[in-house]
Amino acid sequence: MTSHSHDHDHDHSTLSEMDVRVRALETLLTQKGYIDPAGIDRIIETYENEVGPHNGAQVVAKAWAEPVFKAWLLQDATAAIASLGFTGRQGEHMVAVENTTDQHNMVVCTLCSCYPWPVLGLPPVWYKSAAYRSRAVLEPRQVLADFGVALPESTRIRVWDSTAEVRYLVLPKRPTGTDNLSQTDLAALVTRDAMIGTALI
Amino acid sequence: MNGVHDMGGQQSFGPVLLEKAEPLFHANWESRAMAMTVAMGASGQWNIDLSRAARESLPPATYLSSTYYEIWIRGLEKLLLERGMVTQAELEAGQLITPPAKVNKVLTLDTVDAALKAGTPTERPIAQPALFKVGQKVRALNMHPQGHTRLPRYVRGHVGTIVSLHGGHVMPDQHTLRALPPFNVTVEWLYTVVFDGPTLWGVGSDPSVEVTVDAWESYLEATD
Repeated sequence: MTSHSHDHDHDHSTLSEMDVRVRALETLLTQKGYIDPAGIDRIIETYENEVGPHNGAQVVAKAWAEPVFKAWLLQDATAAIASLGFTGRQGEHMVAVENTTDQHNMVVCTLCSCYPWPVLGLPPVWYKSAAYRSRAVLEPRQVLADFGVALPESTRIRVWDSTAEVRYLVLPKRPTGTDNLSQTDLAALVTRDAMIGTALI
Repeated sequence: MNGVHDMGGQQSFGPVLLEKAEPLFHANWESRAMAMTVAMGASGQWNIDLSRAARESLPPATYLSSTYYEIWIRGLEKLLLERGMVTQAELEAGQLITPPAKVNKVLTLDTVDAALKAGTPTERPIAQPALFKVGQKVRALNMHPQGHTRLPRYVRGHVGTIVSLHGGHVMPDQHTLRALPPFNVTVEWLYTVVFDGPTLWGVGSDPSVEVTVDAWESYLEATD
């Protein structure tokens, strides 16, 4: 995850217009006393440097390595995840869903962009895109193909549409040949997209 | 409201485009837009459902042609204007012209970490027993409310099965009825309901697909 901004986008006129507009708004809200610019900086710093998919990867690695933790995670994900220190905004009510040979899980928010921030950070652009939001529930196999993922026809695909304040974390299948890895090494194998259900490990 | 935000099942948006080594923000203003939206949410002058409703009720062409954080900024400006917290002249000038409104809370450097760590849970105690149980068949209501709702169109009128209960949660449709605090907090049982793909999508659809939604009790009715 990079922490510096990129101004190389395609539509410079829109970007500069938005830049002006957002700066004006920030100045105004600061003058009104509604926001503290240092607080704004801190929110950005939190999601740029502290909260991200590395949190979720720790949860997954622990579940792979410790059967008791895995059972807790599947039973009460909010508490199990909180025990690692990952709590709060957009993760107040967590559910973990386990991928198996029989069932692959995939998460979407068709109505907006609901996403489990404490474990995955802020969502990528594709997760928020009209293409993903519209098609994930209708033709998940074709959407997975856009990600280069092909599942056997015998695997059921369950798509979880996050329409309330429950947030979903996919527990990917543990890859074979990883029996001797430490939790740190296991966590390094876990990708963001695997925890959304659009990638395999 | 049957807005363009309710995208499940639409087919005209093309492939999912992936960006390699995607940055967290694509411009500096995006990070400010994200953080200001989060910070202003703490002001207590609206709630999460009112902020979603503000974005969803943008003109359809605006919603579809705006990037994600543009939608957030347009939604935030709308919420501020509706409450008289800023004026259009102030937005254009980028300067204070009229005195500020009273807000419940300002997120400061000292309070931001605790606020993010705490979040805003929507679960509430609920006294009445749940109407439905795990494994029971239920129908999602066929309804088209004028106001905010979280029941997506693609499940309306269809029969699914209760997968789990999540306790009592603040009901979003009611939560948007009053624009200012104290908000209308109605607590209902929240369920996860699973639907078979062919039930939702019919002829030619993939029989190996299931879709779940999280649905408040009043979105559902028993089937016999």
